[in-house]
Amino acid sequence: MRYVLRKIISSSITLFVIVSLTFVLMHLIPGGPFDSERKLPDSIVKNLNARYNLDKPLREQYIIYIKNVLTGDLGPSIKYENKTVNSIIKEGFPVTAAIGVAAIFLAVFVGSLLGVAAAIYRQRWPDYAASIISTLGISVPGFILAGFLVYLFAFRLGWFPPALWDGPKSMALPVLSLAWFPTAIIARLMKSSVLEVLNQEYIKTARAKGLPMSYIVIQHVLRNAAAPMISYVGPALATILTGSFVIENIFALPGLGKWFVLSISNRDYTVILGLTIFYSTLLIVLNILVDLVLAVLDPRIRYTKAKGAGL
Amino acid sequence: MSLRIIWWRFKQNKIALASLIVLFVLIIMALIGPYLNSWGYSEQVLQKTNQRPGIEYWFGTDSLGRDLFTRLWYGARVSILIGIVTSAVSVSMGTLYGSISAVLGGKIDEVMMRIVEVFYAVPFLLYVILLMLIMEPGIKTIIIALATVCWFNTARVVRGQVLKLKEEEFFLAARLLGAGKIRLIVHHILPNVTGHIIVMFVVVVSEAVFVEAFLSFLGLGVSVPKASLGILAKEGIQGIRSYPWQLFFPAVFISLLMLSLNLIGDGLRDALDPKIAVKKRAEL
Repeated sequence: MRYVLRKIISSSITLFVIVSLTFVLMHLIPGGPFDSERKLPDSIVKNLNARYNLDKPLREQYIIYIKNVLTGDLGPSIKYENKTVNSIIKEGFPVTAAIGVAAIFLAVFVGSLLGVAAAIYRQRWPDYAASIISTLGISVPGFILAGFLVYLFAFRLGWFPPALWDGPKSMALPVLSLAWFPTAIIARLMKSSVLEVLNQEYIKTARAKGLPMSYIVIQHVLRNAAAPMISYVGPALATILTGSFVIENIFALPGLGKWFVLSISNRDYTVILGLTIFYSTLLIVLNILVDLVLAVLDPRIRYTKAKGAGL
Repeated sequence: MSLRIIWWRFKQNKIALASLIVLFVLIIMALIGPYLNSWGYSEQVLQKTNQRPGIEYWFGTDSLGRDLFTRLWYGARVSILIGIVTSAVSVSMGTLYGSISAVLGGKIDEVMMRIVEVFYAVPFLLYVILLMLIMEPGIKTIIIALATVCWFNTARVVRGQVLKLKEEEFFLAARLLGAGKIRLIVHHILPNVTGHIIVMFVVVVSEAVFVEAFLSFLGLGVSVPKASLGILAKEGIQGIRSYPWQLFFPAVFISLLMLSLNLIGDGLRDALDPKIAVKKRAEL
């Protein structure tokens, strides 16, 4: 329990720093949000500034912003009159979440399968196949893979739509591109941790008892070898979320990543600010959850973390 | 561990050695490639857009009639330059920070590491994007933005190594002989963490090349008509339907570069920690 509390407190501090840092960074950007090619009359600019509280001193703006963020209001969009950051999240997040969740499950499943197979059939073809796949996975960037997938499966073979969001079929290629890198990492992690577990005494005992290998792997090996993989799920989620900026653009998916990139090119500061805070919060909360799962699964971690608290 | 031993161990690893040679060839090509034919990297021949690879244009042309052979090597040079400079800056920063934190120890160490921890929890790509928005676009900006977020990992690794070194007898001896903190860092710690620093350097180069490609893809990186691997990949994907070779060549280059850097990194790591390598061999 104390471990959980500690985590939550330190995460809140991190979040606070993130919000403040993002706020300061966004206000360091040269030029105001209403500078455009066509110069607006001064009175309009003044009104606009007043509407978005930009005429108040920075300190006051900051306090207003923090208050709004705490109540879950991430503010309006500067470029789109009828949209707020919250409505953009509501619109885009389901798409991003759908491909993101699918990608993480795919990565965990395929990655573990490859890793376990490589460890059990060491020095035989599953091992070689797995290491070729995982080496390719960390070497070929996801967006390059996405390009080739589109060319091969959408244009040449016509199996999947090249872009746009309709139905589960349009999820296949983006999910594959997003899961690509984490799968490789998980395969590597699983292989080395399964190898380690296989050398333990209790595995020898289980084999000596005459238990079938499949039973041993499922009952003993997987449980004990899963920890490094699970703790990688946090960073993997970050990779998938940021990867979605590019992947959603390639496949023209109406997700949050596409909005984020759009607001970058529109210089829509409030949306950038709000989405950055949303992404960071999401990742930090997910990281806490991953840590909790890990602590529940593996009492050894609970013990050492509580003892060696901090670093 | 002395560099000579690391190099000797590294040489035993055939895959890593081959990767080093591949990397070397790629870098040489990036240096001389743009001069191997008569086209300039931003020279447009509007009558000859989207040409297939052939005798006139070895790797074809893009939608503005620019020679892709020249552009590929030119872009590769920009990307590699960004990777190397970013890595050098951020690894030095991280090493300095980590070793100072570990040598001073106590409360200062704790505060310094807490700061790293806070930043570490942040998805760093988001911050690179914000930094890129604030500053003028360009190669220098990318390097600054990347360097400010890439040093945390080095700081953590170096600190861990230094804490280990602090337990050793030679370090105690040096302290007993009255060596000052700066002398301890420069003469006793840095030489002993060189290996780890080299590994971090290789890792950060590949990270930086990757992130640069990512940023250019989002339109935040190097600005056209200059090229980088990310810009070439982006332009390639835009024309993937009809002109697949425009993606093929940059894709092969990025993948080869990443592959060789990764394998070199693995080889160095094994060379650094013979215990792991021996265990690996026993497991094989």
